[in-house]
Amino acid sequence: MGTWMDFILERYNYWVVIILMMIGLYTVFARGNLVKKVVGLNVFQTSVFIFYITIGKIAGGTAPIYIGGELDHGGGHGDDAAGGGHGEAGEHGAEASAHDVSEAAEITESLHGKIDNAVGNAPLNELKDVVSDQAATADNPSLHDAPVGDTAKIGNDALLDVKPEVAPSFDVATDHGEEAAHQVGEAAHAVTEIVYTNPLPHVLILTAIVVGVATTAVGLALAVRIREAYGTIEEDELEAIDDIAEFGAKDTAGGMT
Amino acid sequence: MISPGLAIVLSLWVPILGCVAVWLFDKQPNLREAATLITGAVLLFLTITVFMAVGAGERPGYLLIEVIDGLPISFQAEPLGALFAVIASGLWVVNSVYSIGYMRGSNEKHQTRFYMSFAVAISAAMGVAFAANLFTLFIFYEVLTLSTFPLVTHKGDANARRGGRIYLGVLMATSIGLLLPAIVWTYAITGTTEFTVGGIFAQHSDAVAPITGVLLGLYAFGIGKAALMPAHPWLPNAMVAPTPVSAFLHAVAVVKAGVFSILKVVVYIFGIDFLSGSGGGAGASVPFMWIAAISILLASSIAMHKDNLKARLAYSTVSQLSYVTLGAMLATQMGVMGGAMQIAAHALGKMTLFMCAGAIYIAHHKTLVSEMRGMGRIMPFTFGAFILGAMSIIGLPPLAGSWPKFFLMLGSADAGQLAIIAVLMISSILNVIYLLSIPVQAFYLNPAEGDAKPQGANEGGNGGTGIQWGALKEAPILCLLPPLFTATGAFILFFFSGALYNYLKPLIGGG
Amino acid sequence: MSLIAQLPVLPVIIPLVLAPITLLLPKGRAPHLWATAVSWLTFASCAWLLMEVSEVGLISYYLGDWAPPLGIEYRIDLANALVLLLVSALAAVVFPFAYESVKAEIDERQSPYFYGALLICMTGLLGVTITGDAFNVFVFLEISSLSTYALIAMGARRDRRALTASFNYLVMGTIGATFFVIGIGLLYQATGTLNMADLHDKLIGQDNRMVQAGFAFILVGVGLKLAMFPMHLWLPNAYAYAPSAVTAFIAATATKVAVYVLIRFFFSVFNFDFPFIGAAFTYVLLPLGLAGMFIASLAAVFQDDVKRMLAYSSVAQIGYMLLGLSFATVEGLTASLVHVFNHALMKGALFMAVACVVLRAGSHSIHAFAGLSKRMPVTTWAFLISGLSLIGVPLTVGFVSKWYLLEAAFAAGHWYAGFLIVASSLIALLYIGRVAEVMLLREPATEGPYAIQEKDAPLSMLIPMWVLVAANIYFGVRTDLTGGLAERAAAALMTVAGGTP
Repeated sequence: MGTWMDFILERYNYWVVIILMMIGLYTVFARGNLVKKVVGLNVFQTSVFIFYITIGKIAGGTAPIYIGGELDHGGGHGDDAAGGGHGEAGEHGAEASAHDVSEAAEITESLHGKIDNAVGNAPLNELKDVVSDQAATADNPSLHDAPVGDTAKIGNDALLDVKPEVAPSFDVATDHGEEAAHQVGEAAHAVTEIVYTNPLPHVLILTAIVVGVATTAVGLALAVRIREAYGTIEEDELEAIDDIAEFGAKDTAGGMT
Repeated sequence: MISPGLAIVLSLWVPILGCVAVWLFDKQPNLREAATLITGAVLLFLTITVFMAVGAGERPGYLLIEVIDGLPISFQAEPLGALFAVIASGLWVVNSVYSIGYMRGSNEKHQTRFYMSFAVAISAAMGVAFAANLFTLFIFYEVLTLSTFPLVTHKGDANARRGGRIYLGVLMATSIGLLLPAIVWTYAITGTTEFTVGGIFAQHSDAVAPITGVLLGLYAFGIGKAALMPAHPWLPNAMVAPTPVSAFLHAVAVVKAGVFSILKVVVYIFGIDFLSGSGGGAGASVPFMWIAAISILLASSIAMHKDNLKARLAYSTVSQLSYVTLGAMLATQMGVMGGAMQIAAHALGKMTLFMCAGAIYIAHHKTLVSEMRGMGRIMPFTFGAFILGAMSIIGLPPLAGSWPKFFLMLGSADAGQLAIIAVLMISSILNVIYLLSIPVQAFYLNPAEGDAKPQGANEGGNGGTGIQWGALKEAPILCLLPPLFTATGAFILFFFSGALYNYLKPLIGGG
Repeated sequence: MSLIAQLPVLPVIIPLVLAPITLLLPKGRAPHLWATAVSWLTFASCAWLLMEVSEVGLISYYLGDWAPPLGIEYRIDLANALVLLLVSALAAVVFPFAYESVKAEIDERQSPYFYGALLICMTGLLGVTITGDAFNVFVFLEISSLSTYALIAMGARRDRRALTASFNYLVMGTIGATFFVIGIGLLYQATGTLNMADLHDKLIGQDNRMVQAGFAFILVGVGLKLAMFPMHLWLPNAYAYAPSAVTAFIAATATKVAVYVLIRFFFSVFNFDFPFIGAAFTYVLLPLGLAGMFIASLAAVFQDDVKRMLAYSSVAQIGYMLLGLSFATVEGLTASLVHVFNHALMKGALFMAVACVVLRAGSHSIHAFAGLSKRMPVTTWAFLISGLSLIGVPLTVGFVSKWYLLEAAFAAGHWYAGFLIVASSLIALLYIGRVAEVMLLREPATEGPYAIQEKDAPLSMLIPMWVLVAANIYFGVRTDLTGGLAERAAAALMTVAGGTP
């Protein structure tokens, strides 16, 4: 298989995002019907939701639901002393996998240092995929139960299909990065049985979904009102009506259109 | 006696108080005019106080407020400013008397607004006169522009609107478009905008030298009130205003604020030494000197073709203002001295001419030169004053206007610009033609048959107002006395030029 | 737990919690009074916060006591304290002003919703400004935008074009916000954090394509929100057809907050070590700022609708702010911040004057302004003074802005920009002068659609408007609060960003 094919296939979740995004934007700009515009906007936003879920996904990671009894900080409570610790737990996908089971903060810290070293040119989530892939070999929990609704499931399905093939060389991680990643992976493997998907993007996207729903609602409500006021929701007809109102019958407000 | 520093502050506030008083007496014209006159008298007293103090070597100052770090609104009197302040406030009194006669004589509307705007304008002129730095000068310069706008558009008809649009357009465009960047640029280079004896650019010669010409150009054209061609169109267009406005603002306060600013910039920002001899900006002023010279001749030529008296006087003003710019751009001591004296001399002369024009309008509703043939016989005093004023403008002794011409010629010789002397001579000849021809025709020619009769019929009815005494039909006394007064002033000033020279000496680095 | 400890969260919590109560109040005066009280309370808390910040320098507040970078942090330094004060002050002035105007322009049954939405809009703007969390910015941005869409649409009672204007704004605004979120996502991918200060630390040295793409998305997203030329197309109609009081409020605040977000991302999240920051300054902000200044100003000259004219002018004024930023110097940043503040004052006052005219004449066409000086002298003078301020006449805030901007331009060696700035002010002279001439020198219409009765606007509108006009003059003479604070804020921002490139 050519490198180009690899390049495309290995990132196919991103391609889905891009294609959806373009479909959405195209609909917004090309369609004259206001409702279709709103739908296009919705598709566009949805692509971003998938994008967020993609970056939060750790191959082999399970939904961030508390499972075992041995964990004492699943995301961190308002425990200021451990501020640094729980912060990282939530944020660094790679760390999260190692960290969730670690009892000692030192491991976290050492991992953190290594990752920071490794970050260099390679973005963290790519590393994290590498890391978790190794971690995932031990245990292969279901990837289906991310409680984020349909869109999230689409993302997860996609991930489920592709992940086994996604080799450690997922991206252009430098040698240095790979080495560090390897170490991280080993460390993670040593201490963990359960791998969690990074929950933060899910939380974020829940918020974004709410915003998206609100936007759609307002947009559709406006479309309804426009239909009441003008009798149409086709953009070109609306413009024609406004033009006639302005230049034909001397409307109160002047101006150029 | 109040302290000169306080007098500076008060000279800004007194006209504002006068403005409020005028507003309060909106419905009582007599009280309202009294308020104006009292304000004028008090202001004159204040400026004379400052003038005397400056003459005694003091440099009273006052810091109002620091707007931005290093940019205070502050005032400091120096000879040129004190002179300008005295001229402006003195002639304001004269003009107020004249305004009363004129405005009542022609039953103008909105007289309260008229006097209020006038008071604000004079306050702004005081601010320009006493400004201690470019920043302050710019602020009051703009206030002056805006406060005179209602005066220019006083009549409110289509013509006035058009004139007002050009007036505001040219003045604001030049000041915001050229002057403001010039000031900010100066500030960015030197970190100050203070007027300093000897100029502030000499210490920053390296940074300024390459752009001296650019900066000088920005100032010369940016100070649109100096009406250096081609930034002059506002002035003829401002003639749609009532005559007192033209007489005072567009012969004295506004235009003199312009040339005064140019002189101040050249003397206290650039420094004469910087622009001449071995200074960093030597030679940069020569192109602008020539522009001023061309402006002098061109404006005079245009003036010859104007039949409307006020338009002719306006172009004459454009020409005469360029004398001051020329003096500044010569960058010699005598040139600057000539420019400074021209401010005083031209103010008296041109104001006389404008007030005469107004008197003729009030008495006979005539505005065209061609209609004034033979009128000298019925308005001898008016035309007598006109002759004196015209002679002063031309530069004939024994009238004040002769001295500036003399110093300017000396300055040209110092600068080695002999061609400029020729320009000055040609200009004087042109002045003779277009100014003296008016009274000559008025005294020696018979009224033209065609236009005298219908006009006369108008006058006989309710057209004109004023004094009738035998064959004489002069303007109201309040319109007649002021021009006679200023004409006499032009005569007297001739004999006090030595004192004036000594007073202005610190300007050019002398004792 | 003392109140002072919770002070940083008050500007957001107060209106957020109290806004829904407006909906429960009976129609009529009550919602307005309630909203006004809330806005004043918010203003007080913002003023207090500014005083605290100017003493302490930086206040960090952990929302729900969750420590950053995981928890949401409210991080208030001088720059956003100044913007907070601006937004809340404008709200405190616009709310009392709104009553008569709203009564005339909006169905009374909608008034509780109107004031509720306006409060939520203010909450959103304050939230955007106060938060130190990148994703939180998006959330608040959408809170304010969604309420703005609704508010603009309420103008439909007077002119149904408000609906289409609102719809277009919704589409553009949502695209902008979504772009912003994509950018945030990419940055998150690169760093694993959303806290701005943390982002700043973790981004150091990461000049890879992901960060570049993230930056580009954020720039375009925020650019849409702040109507950066040529992404301004939603703005003129939205401002023109929104209810007058809404226009006065959002024109003075919404785009300013977006400019603040841009500044925050340029200087506090990214830094000058990234070559693309310098490139964005030179190749995006500078040319687009200049183009906006000119093209939008010229467009303003040809508008017969005064509200649209002022809307185009806003686009042009945003050009000034971007230009100041693009110099990438302390002076330039100071000029931008000062202009953010000053422009809010002048545009607020101008749109309020237009609102008064709309109240009496029922139109914002330039024909309605004929002879206004004879019919509504107090309003006329408010318009004139703030118009002069817009042109940049001395003794007004506009002049102070212009001075800072010119000084920054010359100091940065962009002398040509200096001349372009003044040239663009002259175009402002054209369009303001056109209205001024109509107001001062035309005879008022005595009959026909533009006839106005000889009666000025009610005091409840005149007083707030003149408060702003007075602020235009006061801050034109005293620049301690604006210039002084902005300079300190700019210096602090610049230090974080790593000085001049």
